[in-house]
Amino acid sequence: MSEETVFKTMKDTPRQEYLSPGSPLCAGCGGEIIVKLALKVLGPRTIVVSVPSCLALLELYPYVSIKTSMLFAPFGAGPAAAQGLVDGIEALASKGVIQNPGTKVLVLTGDGAAYDIGLQATSGAIQRGLDFYYLCYDNEAYGNTGFQYSSATPFASWTSTTSVGLESSGNTFWKKDLFEIWRAHNPPYVATVAASRPVDLMRKFEKASRIRGPKLFIALGVCPTGWGADAKETIRIDKLAVETGMWPLKEAINGEVRHTYIPRKRKPVEEYLKTQKRYEHLFKPVRRDDLIRAIQERVDRYWESVSE
Amino acid sequence: MMLTGNSTAAWAARLADVDYVAAYPITPQSEIVETLAKWSSEGKLRAKFVNFESEHSMITAAGAASLTGARAFTATSSQGLLYAMEALYTVAGWRAPMMLVNVSRGVGMPMILQVEHGDVMAARDSGFIQLHAETCQEVLDFILLGYRVGEDSRVLLPTIVNMDGFVLSFAREPVELPDKSDVESFLPRFKHPKPLLGLEDETLAYAPTMTEGASYTYFKYQIHLAAQEAKHVFRGAVERFEEIFGRHHDVIEGYMLDDAEIAIVSSNSYSSIIRSAVKALRRNGYRVGMLRLKMIRPFPREEVAEALKHVGAVAVFEQNLAPGRGGALYPEVVEALYHASPRPDAILSFIGGLGGSPIGYSEAEYMVRVCEKAMKTGIAPQGPTILCRREDWQRIRAALKMAGIPVEQLSEAIHHV
Repeated sequence: MSEETVFKTMKDTPRQEYLSPGSPLCAGCGGEIIVKLALKVLGPRTIVVSVPSCLALLELYPYVSIKTSMLFAPFGAGPAAAQGLVDGIEALASKGVIQNPGTKVLVLTGDGAAYDIGLQATSGAIQRGLDFYYLCYDNEAYGNTGFQYSSATPFASWTSTTSVGLESSGNTFWKKDLFEIWRAHNPPYVATVAASRPVDLMRKFEKASRIRGPKLFIALGVCPTGWGADAKETIRIDKLAVETGMWPLKEAINGEVRHTYIPRKRKPVEEYLKTQKRYEHLFKPVRRDDLIRAIQERVDRYWESVSE
Repeated sequence: MMLTGNSTAAWAARLADVDYVAAYPITPQSEIVETLAKWSSEGKLRAKFVNFESEHSMITAAGAASLTGARAFTATSSQGLLYAMEALYTVAGWRAPMMLVNVSRGVGMPMILQVEHGDVMAARDSGFIQLHAETCQEVLDFILLGYRVGEDSRVLLPTIVNMDGFVLSFAREPVELPDKSDVESFLPRFKHPKPLLGLEDETLAYAPTMTEGASYTYFKYQIHLAAQEAKHVFRGAVERFEEIFGRHHDVIEGYMLDDAEIAIVSSNSYSSIIRSAVKALRRNGYRVGMLRLKMIRPFPREEVAEALKHVGAVAVFEQNLAPGRGGALYPEVVEALYHASPRPDAILSFIGGLGGSPIGYSEAEYMVRVCEKAMKTGIAPQGPTILCRREDWQRIRAALKMAGIPVEQLSEAIHHV
């Protein structure tokens, strides 16, 4: 793509940090890397609207790890709080009470808020064309409460409420397609991102910052604690999610979908599944070829529909 | 000007020059936001008007807007207020001085459209200041007073102004609309001491998570202190209000209480009925008066005690029923009087007017007679007495009979006036 960007390589990553080191997040948290990179692009005039999630640990009284301003909102009302902030500033500016400071408002939630309890509020905000950013770091379960099932939980994976046993092989449902649900609202910009592709991530936030209206991101939030992996494996797992095709990197500008990275030769999903304890029952005590095949077929079918 | 309660509320928002209106429809409130939408489209109201997809979002957004320094207005009722319950605690914790007009309506199930205070009573512990209006004029006055008190830097809390659904929301009454310039001098532009604007040179963290009890307790206590302070700030505000607009307000209103033997405690629009019943009862030889609660939160404990400690018996009349308990305000009145000296011999609880059920002279007289008996004999009903008219009870019996359901005897708690 020949669009203008200041992010050509990793070396172009802005040096300014808006996340302090030493937060109480788990070691190897994929979500932290995502937020760190996103804030580097968005810059200091940003208000982070946070809701209950693991990343709420970035704001634990009396310490706040986020260096920009923040507001903590109810679980299901992050986008509504963002709407109040954006509208309040706009109303005061239009009455000449303040000069519009050009503030960006970023709603930061996990998949529980984005896919489940806050979907209604998000739908409302997108449909109203609210000028805001929504970043969902999707660790595919309610991580902060002990890793329970959400509608982002992938098929056949373990969570603490989709147990594995003689009568069950984990989650029986397929992950909700939030990208398409959001896209159906016709937002000007919606994208998926991953921590292992930082340049792609920064370019997408850069592109979004030139657009007015809802700018929506779903990030793979690799979660060593919940997924059952070593903290040092985060980026390797993240890469495998992308290279197996399980986490497609794409964007939709005014509804038109484009994949920003197409794995040339997709690795078998097994390589990704094997890295995590939440899929252990697919391999032990007996190999569940039926389930592995079902996951592989789903991924293959997805990429067959990708025309580029 | 003849105005309904709803259009009065809209006028108050317009006169207060609100910057932001967050809207979601519900009967019997909708007329408020419809009126504001119309004025906004005509340029008569210089506010950003936004339709939301739920009350939960609407109140969250109104609270967030007021953190930026905008004067925010919203309105709801009944199911909507309860749907937004989490947001109520949130915006109070944010210390966001927004205005919420609640048009009281019973909370389902079963569904009903008419007045009952179960909705607004459920919000009594959320941290909102609560002012309950008897008349359309009070709706206007309380909205202006509520903004002034809530926005005061010693308070910084949201306010609910309550009016009764149908009885007040759709009833036309004469309302004095003040001059805009007078309102401006009473209620200058809101200046938030720490507006959340996302400026580059400042980091504001609003409502980060607490991990331990001590700091949580500290912040909760701050809200409590602010709510208590609201009463004193209200006192100052009503003085200025009277100077400018010529109308007097207080946290309570006493009516014929000076030499009263028996007092009926009341709130909201049904107080007009109680007041006229008290007047008639006086003519019939009863030494009775009324105490009306105008401010419910903070609860005007000292004022209630001072006003009622000399009477012999108190009837607390309420339009809400907490199952397994009774009236929500009854224990608050009892607590206010417990340490008073002297104090009434009897404080009794009466529930009526639920779902817009009518009350009148006969109900007031009944409450007074029960109080008299309690004073003289020490015999008083246990628990709350539910007021129900004989003809209403007969209609219910007829309906049950028609449905083939055997009519059970209701407990003696229901009194058939």
